[in-house]
Amino acid sequence: MLDINQLSVEAGGRSILHDVSLHLNSGDTCIIFGPNGSGKTTLLMAIMGFPRYHITQGNIVFHDREITQLSLDERARMGIGMSFQRPPVVRGIRMRDMINVSLGEHSFDGGEEGAVVAKLAEKANTTTLLDRDINYGFSGGEIKRSEMVQLLAQQPGLSLLDEPESGVDLVNVPLMGRLINELLEKHRHIRDRERVGIIISHTGRILDYVNARTGYVMLDGTIVCEGDPHEILETIKSRGYEECAKCMSEKSPTR
Amino acid sequence: MHERKEPDAVKEKASAARAKTSPLGEDIDLGQYLSSSTETPYFDDLALLPGEQREQMQQSGMALGEHVSRSGTIIQVDHSIIHSSVRQDGVEVMGINRALSMYSWLSRYLWRAVPVDSDKYTAHVELHQNNGYFIHALPNARVTWPVQACLYLAKSELAQNVHNIIIAEEGSELHVITGCTTAPGQESGLHLGISEIYIKPRAKLTFTMIHRWTQGVAVRPRTGIIVEDDGVFLDNYVIMGPAHSVQTNSVARCIGKGAITRFSSVVVAPRGSSMDVGSQVFLDAEGSRTEIISRVVSTGGHVTSRGYIAGNAPKVKGHMECNGLILSREGFIHAVPELKSILADVELSHEASVGKIAEEEIEYLMARGLSRDEAVAVIVRGFLHVDIEGLPSRLTAELQRAIETSGKDFM
Repeated sequence: MLDINQLSVEAGGRSILHDVSLHLNSGDTCIIFGPNGSGKTTLLMAIMGFPRYHITQGNIVFHDREITQLSLDERARMGIGMSFQRPPVVRGIRMRDMINVSLGEHSFDGGEEGAVVAKLAEKANTTTLLDRDINYGFSGGEIKRSEMVQLLAQQPGLSLLDEPESGVDLVNVPLMGRLINELLEKHRHIRDRERVGIIISHTGRILDYVNARTGYVMLDGTIVCEGDPHEILETIKSRGYEECAKCMSEKSPTR
Repeated sequence: MHERKEPDAVKEKASAARAKTSPLGEDIDLGQYLSSSTETPYFDDLALLPGEQREQMQQSGMALGEHVSRSGTIIQVDHSIIHSSVRQDGVEVMGINRALSMYSWLSRYLWRAVPVDSDKYTAHVELHQNNGYFIHALPNARVTWPVQACLYLAKSELAQNVHNIIIAEEGSELHVITGCTTAPGQESGLHLGISEIYIKPRAKLTFTMIHRWTQGVAVRPRTGIIVEDDGVFLDNYVIMGPAHSVQTNSVARCIGKGAITRFSSVVVAPRGSSMDVGSQVFLDAEGSRTEIISRVVSTGGHVTSRGYIAGNAPKVKGHMECNGLILSREGFIHAVPELKSILADVELSHEASVGKIAEEEIEYLMARGLSRDEAVAVIVRGFLHVDIEGLPSRLTAELQRAIETSGKDFM
């Protein structure tokens, strides 16, 4: 469903990702761990197609179609969606407008648009934000929930979730978990699930609420480890990313 | 209240100021315009207005149908009042000349909110006045539907010099919509409009002015507002489409305790237009408040957007938002927000921004599936959507419609 092949990405004249490969089947959720600045967000931005992230090598194939050359909005319309870590404030555009934009052609059981928006907002405990300018004065948690509502409206086949639990207070982490599970169709049987999710996390806290099939560790712009997400998280928790770096240098002495 | 100065004294002051240039805006040679026009016939039934005029008027916010949602209508074409009617008790609507001949007290309101010798344009209107409107909400009247006034410039190269007075008497509530426009394709013309607005204690007026001009027209409105105790004045100004030269800087004085004024303006300047628009508010009484919000879009035109708030009394509050978007390489926006206080016990603030749409905002919407052009259109529409507190929702909807109708060429 998603194949990232030996991807190298440059931004602002600096090479950030090198030789990243990632393969996800329908229904898969993966989680990428890594310290700040390791290139996790860059990977999501490059998959989404942000113009300032230049792919210098490799390619991205989504639903059997190479999308490396497609623009940001073309990719969004193909079914790739992203929750932003620090989305911009857009004055004059209310959260309600953003949900409407995200809904695009979708309609939910033919429901009236206003009612659909209200229901989505309620689900994420964001009803009071609906008529406020998007992200203007939103708290960290409100931003995350608003991003999730937009994705639930957009219903992307591939969701890129950038640190969905950071800045969210303890009480709201389970809610974020529920929203992500709905987005990624966790209520369906494993073999019936189609939607794919890539979650970035540096604390791994979200794993208490969302199951991921595979975990990856990213260091210095490349993926250095792949395995059971809980196992990886335990290692990082007990021995830090230094252990991953050590493990990597032992395995590939040329680097 | 002051007694009306001797008419001769006023004329003398005007004569003395006839060459006084305005410190703002390009100097207009008043001699290049025609001063007389043929009388335009009166229309009882607005359905009989020429189609082209109706169209233009409707696009500047006028409702002209059979069962219109207006409590009064007055229309001036060139120098003639061609229609005036009232549909509700408690409000008077008529030409200013007629009103002055009916009410001797009314002359006391002339040149109180706008000094006659402000500049050559105010002087010119005093010396060569061609009517204008008078709108009067009687004490405690609740005028539910808006009163509409239209000033229409039909004859090419004509100077239209109007003097308008609006009085909202104590405890009244009134909404006025004014549309100022020209015949399509008007190559040259001058609109000088004096508007003096008086808000008596506990009265509330919303004043919505929609300007739709053509490339050749020069416009010099001079507006003064005086707000007494607990009075509320909400001003909405919308100017879209080309105009050779517009310069206006409304002056509101909150002279009564707790008086409130709010100015919201939406300015869209296409190529070839030069606009210098602003509002000045003097918070002269304790506890008075104001807010000035301006949204300017340049699609190639030059705009200076001014705001000035002076805190001259304790416990006054003022806030200003002056935001400009430049959507073309040729565009130019100069935001001039100014705050002044002579006291410590005031709260005055402003925020201003000028520039193009942040790429990040466009990309945010594109990531939700909009094309670049769609994203820009949505952002511009949002930018021009000014939520006006205190404006009845149907007026807000109407204003938004007017903005979208006027802006359909670029949105």
